[in-house]
Amino acid sequence: MTQQIIQYFQNNSSQYWQYVGQHLWLCTSAMLIAMVIAFPLGYLGSRNKTIANFCTLFSQVLRIIPSLALLFLLIPFLGTGYWPALTALVVLAFPPLLVNTILGFNEVSPLYKEVGSALGMTAQELRRKVEIPLALPYLLNGVKLALVEVIASATLATYIGAGGLGTLIFTGLGLYDMSYVVIGGVSVALLSLLAMIGFDFLISEVQKNDRNSNSV
Amino acid sequence: MTETAIQFEHVRKSFGNEVVIPDLNFKINQGEFITILGSSGCGKTTTLKMVNGLLKPSAGKIMVNSQQISELDLVRLRRHTGYVVQQIGLFPHITVAENIAVVPRMLQWDQEAIKQRVDELLTLVQLAPAEYRDRYPKQLSGGQQQRVGVARALAANPPTVLFDEPFGALDALTREKLQEEIKQIHTALQGKTFLFVTHDINEALFLGQRVMVMKDGRIEQFATPTEIVSHPATNFVRELLGTVQQNQALWRDFND
Repeated sequence: MTQQIIQYFQNNSSQYWQYVGQHLWLCTSAMLIAMVIAFPLGYLGSRNKTIANFCTLFSQVLRIIPSLALLFLLIPFLGTGYWPALTALVVLAFPPLLVNTILGFNEVSPLYKEVGSALGMTAQELRRKVEIPLALPYLLNGVKLALVEVIASATLATYIGAGGLGTLIFTGLGLYDMSYVVIGGVSVALLSLLAMIGFDFLISEVQKNDRNSNSV
Repeated sequence: MTETAIQFEHVRKSFGNEVVIPDLNFKINQGEFITILGSSGCGKTTTLKMVNGLLKPSAGKIMVNSQQISELDLVRLRRHTGYVVQQIGLFPHITVAENIAVVPRMLQWDQEAIKQRVDELLTLVQLAPAEYRDRYPKQLSGGQQQRVGVARALAANPPTVLFDEPFGALDALTREKLQEEIKQIHTALQGKTFLFVTHDINEALFLGQRVMVMKDGRIEQFATPTEIVSHPATNFVRELLGTVQQNQALWRDFND
């Protein structure tokens, strides 16, 4: 099998990188769209109970629906290919992003908000200089969880014709050729792992200075 | 002729059905060091927070430098009113220098002026600028953090500074040292009005040029420390003074 894997890379490396590229592009675009929607919504949710309840409910419902089902559900509406896959991944990225954004902004101690406004910060300055930096570790944690979810689910997007590393896995399964399955599977696992390690590092860097500082 | 810095006229404050302050009237002159003394829930912090508009009075007029604050731009007013709280509230994600520079930066001072001001203030609160400037709040002790808190409040040279039990959470020795220093700072800066809330009678009498004793949202007595000690106006004030005397009695017993 090692032989076959080496052979694959010798003959098809350009195809492999194309799959990796498709996979990453699909994940990145889905994440960007999801973040643009989820961060402001989560911020509003941290101040408004109704929005928060709605977001939580929405997230819970989404968690019950399997990613694969979501992908197929979109076919009647959006057909196959990149767009329905993108839509499904955006929706899948919402729950972790929303929940962590709400949590993050709720965790900002009212003390800092009061001191900020007492120093004469406008609502916008308060958000930019105090709330967002202090909520940032939580926001990044949400991005991490969503990204891992999206990288894994993007594998299934192949089923509706969006390409990516899933193609290798399903080709392998179809041809009963395990080397393809291994290449595809290991690549996806590596991407998830890298994303996780990268974000964990980023989070620890960001919150290096603000831990243990709530105590007097 | 001294000018009035802060004036309350028939100020009432209630939270829901609960009236915290029924009818408050007082005048504070520019440059005075005023302490507000009272037990918890007497409305002293509420009074303080109404001065910079963190809380709005339910009725009545509050004047700062002869202007009614309901007609002032609160953001502007607050940038020119220092504020120090018991929980200190230094922003944990930025350095000491950046914390002190918050208000000057919003007022768009130039970089060089800010840097100079930060060093000047750190020196004023007895922290060596070179050593402390780039530290993060969590790397400081409670006392050092509150020194930075004081420096931050003074940063943009505000005419009025509000203190909400700033030394309440510090140990006795640090507290005593900071009390001495804050008194010196008030003298050194000349012309600044300090309004200092405390529940510690010794602190109130030591720091205040005049002491406002509050109970249930009413002023029991507003006079110089000497006047309060020699002529307590009400039973409540007498009782408060009694606690000090009790302490002194205890010390006498020890020493005998």
